[in-house]
Amino acid sequence: MKINKSALIMIFYILFLMLPIYWLINMSFKSNQEILSTFSLWPHDLTFDNYKVIFTDPSWYNGYLNSITYVVMNTVISITVALPAAYAFSRYRFMGDKHLFFWLLTNRMAPPAVFALPFFQLYSSVGLFDTHIAVALAHTLFNVPLAVWILEGFMRGVPKEIDETAYIDGYGFFTFFRKIFMPLIASGIGVTAFFCFMFSWVELLLSRTLTAVDAKSIAATMTRTASASGLDWGVLAAAGVLTIIPGALVIYFVRNHIAKGFALGRV
Amino acid sequence: MRKTPNQKAWFMVLPVLVLVAFSAVIPLMTVVNYSVQDTFGNNEFFWVGLEWFEDILQSERVHDALARQAIFTAIILAIEVPLGIFVALHMPKKNGLWSSLCLVLVALPLLIPWNVVGTIWQIFGRIDIGLLGYSLDQMGIDYNYTQNAGAAWFTIIIMDVWHWTSLVVLLCYAGLKSIPDAYYQAAKIDQASQWNVFFYIELPKMKGVLLIAILLRFMDSFMIYTEPFVVTGGGPGNATTFLSIDLVKMAIGQFDLGPAAAFSLIYFLVILLVSWVFYTIIINSDKESGS
Repeated sequence: MKINKSALIMIFYILFLMLPIYWLINMSFKSNQEILSTFSLWPHDLTFDNYKVIFTDPSWYNGYLNSITYVVMNTVISITVALPAAYAFSRYRFMGDKHLFFWLLTNRMAPPAVFALPFFQLYSSVGLFDTHIAVALAHTLFNVPLAVWILEGFMRGVPKEIDETAYIDGYGFFTFFRKIFMPLIASGIGVTAFFCFMFSWVELLLSRTLTAVDAKSIAATMTRTASASGLDWGVLAAAGVLTIIPGALVIYFVRNHIAKGFALGRV
Repeated sequence: MRKTPNQKAWFMVLPVLVLVAFSAVIPLMTVVNYSVQDTFGNNEFFWVGLEWFEDILQSERVHDALARQAIFTAIILAIEVPLGIFVALHMPKKNGLWSSLCLVLVALPLLIPWNVVGTIWQIFGRIDIGLLGYSLDQMGIDYNYTQNAGAAWFTIIIMDVWHWTSLVVLLCYAGLKSIPDAYYQAAKIDQASQWNVFFYIELPKMKGVLLIAILLRFMDSFMIYTEPFVVTGGGPGNATTFLSIDLVKMAIGQFDLGPAAAFSLIYFLVILLVSWVFYTIIINSDKESGS
């Protein structure tokens, strides 16, 4: 009896979560005429035209390509610099380590709105405005602290004896790190990459402020369409559905670590 | 784990320091710089001291935005935390297909780009084409979030609940899973009621993750920008202009650099202060539980 009640509650909650998403998918398969003229719970006149628009119009598919470019750059940069730092935090005590750790977290607390204008000026003055690398660097503001925190959590779980044994066996630091340590925390690196990818992918304010034409992100493309005259609901819905897919595809692989990632590795 | 003292570890942290200095410290210094100066254009700046800070602290506009922000954060915390705990208690505990499915579906809203979350609810809430808006309208409720401030608030709050309750669920679920079965068996032998099990076993075990969940929800809801920006654009009027929206309007819309910079610093300090208090509590409770 108790199991049934739990299952019922879960089904209700999941229904609540899925209904708006279903509505978006529903919209994306309707023509604009059907959206505006009739109210229907499912598409009566199934059409793929909205998706066709996105895949053929360069201003749409370039948005996706731009977003993916800076998100991948950001993920690579964040993990590369965070790996040694997380190792240092998990293994050694040094002057000011605790303060440094908290200071890193404060960057995750910084409202992006505070940084929007200074970033705009900083990147304009060094000639990086409207480039992918500018957005990638701007997103390190919250992704590097996140990566350090998550990786530190995973590294703390690896016993220190492994390091010591490796050194006794004559491994240098770099070979040890690459050949022994990295494979041990491979799942941690995967989870971190997923979260860096995700948080950079979902961010709008900074990517919109730092790009104009050449590196315009899909999020910015979507809001600009929304503010232009004559809303194209069908295409907007289709674009939305396509942005959900990357997360939905990988989530299955990280499902057991997902709480850890969102909690900055503190679970 | 015992850590060895090693000052050379600084070299390993150096890349992070350099990068974060570039992407956080330099921009923040620009903000500090603007906050104490005024300009007539042409890059001529002169010192005004704390004038902007006084302006901002006395500005009605900022007070209103802060009040709206505080009310919003209080409401969503009051809904999301109990609801999250409630749902987490009913998540399937045994590993299997059903539990994986629940996990994936529950986590899905967290992974949707924030502006798409806005778009979803913008469409879902419209009275002409959205399921929610249409149903409410058919029931005779005056619901039009573009004109009615109450409806706009309702839309934004239910959107935030939809978007972020899952975070509380996932964190509490992770906390619950770490409770050994023996605890429940002992409770059964003692004939403890469900409430007692919740208050004396589950809640204390969830305390750590729950604090983190509240900290994260506080931080993120206090910085909320994208979702209300997409759905209502801060309107109708100024009804849903939260701090970040107001700040962006001031800084990028009106280009009032001085006041915007002073506003930024105060804003950042408020978040920092509350978060620091939480962080201290979390660290202390970590020490108590010995992990």
